[in-house]
Amino acid sequence: MTIRIYVPIDVAALAVGADEVVSAIQTEALKRGLPVEIVRNGSRGMLWLEPLVEVETPKGRVAFGPVEDTDVPTLFDAGFHEGKGGHKLHIGLTDEHPYLKKQQRLTFARCGITDPRSLEAYKALGGYKGLEKAISIGSEATVEEVFASGLRGRGGAGFPTGIKWRTVAAAKADQKYIVINADEGDSGTFSDRMIMEGDPFVLIEGMTIAGIGVGATYGYVYTRSEYPHAIKAMNDAIAIARKAGLLGKGVAGSKYDFDMEVRMGAGAYVCGEETSLLESLEGKRGLVRAKPPLPALVGAFGKPTVINNVMSMASVPIILSEGGKYYADFGMGRSRGTMPVQLAGNLKYGGLVEIAFGCTLGSLVYDFGGGTLSGRPERAVQVGGPLGAYVPVHQWDTLFDYEAFTAIGAGVGHGGIVLFDDTVNLLKMARFAMEFCAVESCGKCTPCRIGSTRGKETFDKIAAGINVEKNLAIIEDLCQTMRLGSLCALGGMTPFPVESAIKHFPEDFGRKPTLQAAE
Amino acid sequence: MSHFEPWTRERAAAIIAEFAGTKGATMPILHEIQHAFGFVPEAAIPMIADALNLSRAEVYGTVTFYHEFRHELPGRHVVRLCRAEACQSMGGDALAERAEKRLGIKLGETTPDRRVTLEPIYCLGLCATAPSAQVDDRMVGRLTESKLDAILTEAQS
Ligand SMILES: Cc1cc2nc3c(=O)[nH]c(=O)nc-3n(C[C@H](O)[C@H](O)[C@H](O)COP(=O)(O)O)c2cc1C
Ligand code: SF4
Ligand code: FES
Repeated sequence: MTIRIYVPIDVAALAVGADEVVSAIQTEALKRGLPVEIVRNGSRGMLWLEPLVEVETPKGRVAFGPVEDTDVPTLFDAGFHEGKGGHKLHIGLTDEHPYLKKQQRLTFARCGITDPRSLEAYKALGGYKGLEKAISIGSEATVEEVFASGLRGRGGAGFPTGIKWRTVAAAKADQKYIVINADEGDSGTFSDRMIMEGDPFVLIEGMTIAGIGVGATYGYVYTRSEYPHAIKAMNDAIAIARKAGLLGKGVAGSKYDFDMEVRMGAGAYVCGEETSLLESLEGKRGLVRAKPPLPALVGAFGKPTVINNVMSMASVPIILSEGGKYYADFGMGRSRGTMPVQLAGNLKYGGLVEIAFGCTLGSLVYDFGGGTLSGRPERAVQVGGPLGAYVPVHQWDTLFDYEAFTAIGAGVGHGGIVLFDDTVNLLKMARFAMEFCAVESCGKCTPCRIGSTRGKETFDKIAAGINVEKNLAIIEDLCQTMRLGSLCALGGMTPFPVESAIKHFPEDFGRKPTLQAAE
Repeated sequence: MSHFEPWTRERAAAIIAEFAGTKGATMPILHEIQHAFGFVPEAAIPMIADALNLSRAEVYGTVTFYHEFRHELPGRHVVRLCRAEACQSMGGDALAERAEKRLGIKLGETTPDRRVTLEPIYCLGLCATAPSAQVDDRMVGRLTESKLDAILTEAQS
């Protein structure tokens, strides 16, 4: 009997040697005369275990990891290909792993389980049921289902997706577009990348449903050039879907037309801002546009456009197939459904955790993340990328929820959590936030363009111990000006990491520690 | 990365023609040009402008806006080190310094023998297996001093 072995093709696995593991398995199997079939699946998101090798057994898939190519002979010796335990890398049944069992995977239901290039596997696990539903209930009901789900934009701003779709649906135009924001520039985030590499059909299906909902017939996925593997996976999947009649004229035999393509950015963080992205898509400099007009009415190439983050759109198929209410039943308050949280940085168990809104930040860091990888005390997390606040340990009882984070002067953003141990210097991080803003500013607003450069220089003075209090006052002023005088959140939210760092970690800025921070 | 084509107008024209019917063709063309020649030669700019009915200033503006587009040929190997927060939390700063020291250049520079270009990059989406690097087309996770040294030695040889 052929032994089926899964080795992820996700770039996070490739970057730690997955291809080498595949070669080693093939070589070793040949040597031992064992018939082996290797499936290249997406990643399960337990990234500290990558390369995570799974063997199919009658009881389920048995996991081993992190596997290096040099481990392969001993794995065979220990009978790993029969799913036997005994080897030090043996983990057990993948589906029983607490890291996965404690999650509520809706958007990531298939990621890591299937071969991302297998349409059959996608369909076998519920794929294209959402599209079927959308076709049968029609445009208006499709939009209302998304509205009922309570889904809010996962790109950072948290705007209700249903409302956005209604606006585009109501617009009259000869052409409308669906644009996917796959620019994912935030440090500490990789969920968009993982879905594009691990389950690309779910994004294609979501976009097709959106097209039916709002009357758009063409879509663009705008991805960063740092994601070549995701681009390849998307392009492959688009070609497969087109061949199967799931893209193009009359999708799935319906009256609706929809097709799409992938476009690539060129290393500009600001192009993740939706209007900058549209400028870039049109071939221009990525200068942020003033709003109004909203992209929903005047978007790509001047036409009404739905622009959604990958995660938002990849959540649409399950919302359609299971109903908006099913999705809305997860979560708390005005944060409905699940959030694909990404645990990154100095964490023992970094990875993707999709979980209903409402768990505490601390449970994510400790129960899932296992604390620092370095073994040193935790000091801060930055949540939501380079525009996100640094949150000190004493605030980790905050619930993961849009409103609860706003209340502590932070944001959920795109769900990235980066953990730092006690060796972090928050002055350095605050300076970095200013520097990053200076490098990435589109240049349209003076406070963002010039203010950030001044901020960086001012931090250099503070670091050198020059007029610390006076210079901190200058920083405060700068932050205020940036917050009020910036057209977009790059300039407008850079004060978040800067001010939170100063507020919660004053001792790093030559000030006395506050009581809370000293706890 | 080391085998780029020498610049010819014919090749550039062929690339531009390939995207003639594409909406918003500037970026795809620039990417393809850079892919072929290793950078975006000045001479390509008026050609793109003519083909897309844009002013040269517009095309030039686009080329210069994006960090990714090069104005000269890179070194034979390009080593990019992630400098974003998650990689910093795992010691990315020290690795960047080490690379600078070993190569005798700063991030953003190319060694005098044109063998290695060292660049900063802000996140490769490998933040749970930080620190991260990219060596030509290959991504590297869980970067350590010894892995970095091996990468640099290989790139320099
Ligand atoms: C500087 C900046 C960078 C951004 N980067 C991204 C990004 O990489 N991905 C994303 O989806 N949204 C990003 N956004 C938010 C988008 O402007 C926009 O809110 C989002 O694409 C809307 O989709 P959603 O409603 O599905 O979240 C960014 C915003 C700013 C100001
Ligand atoms: S805040 Fe900065 S990035 Fe945003 S529009 Fe103004 S200059 Fe551009
Ligand atoms: S921060 Fe370095 S890979 Fe994301």
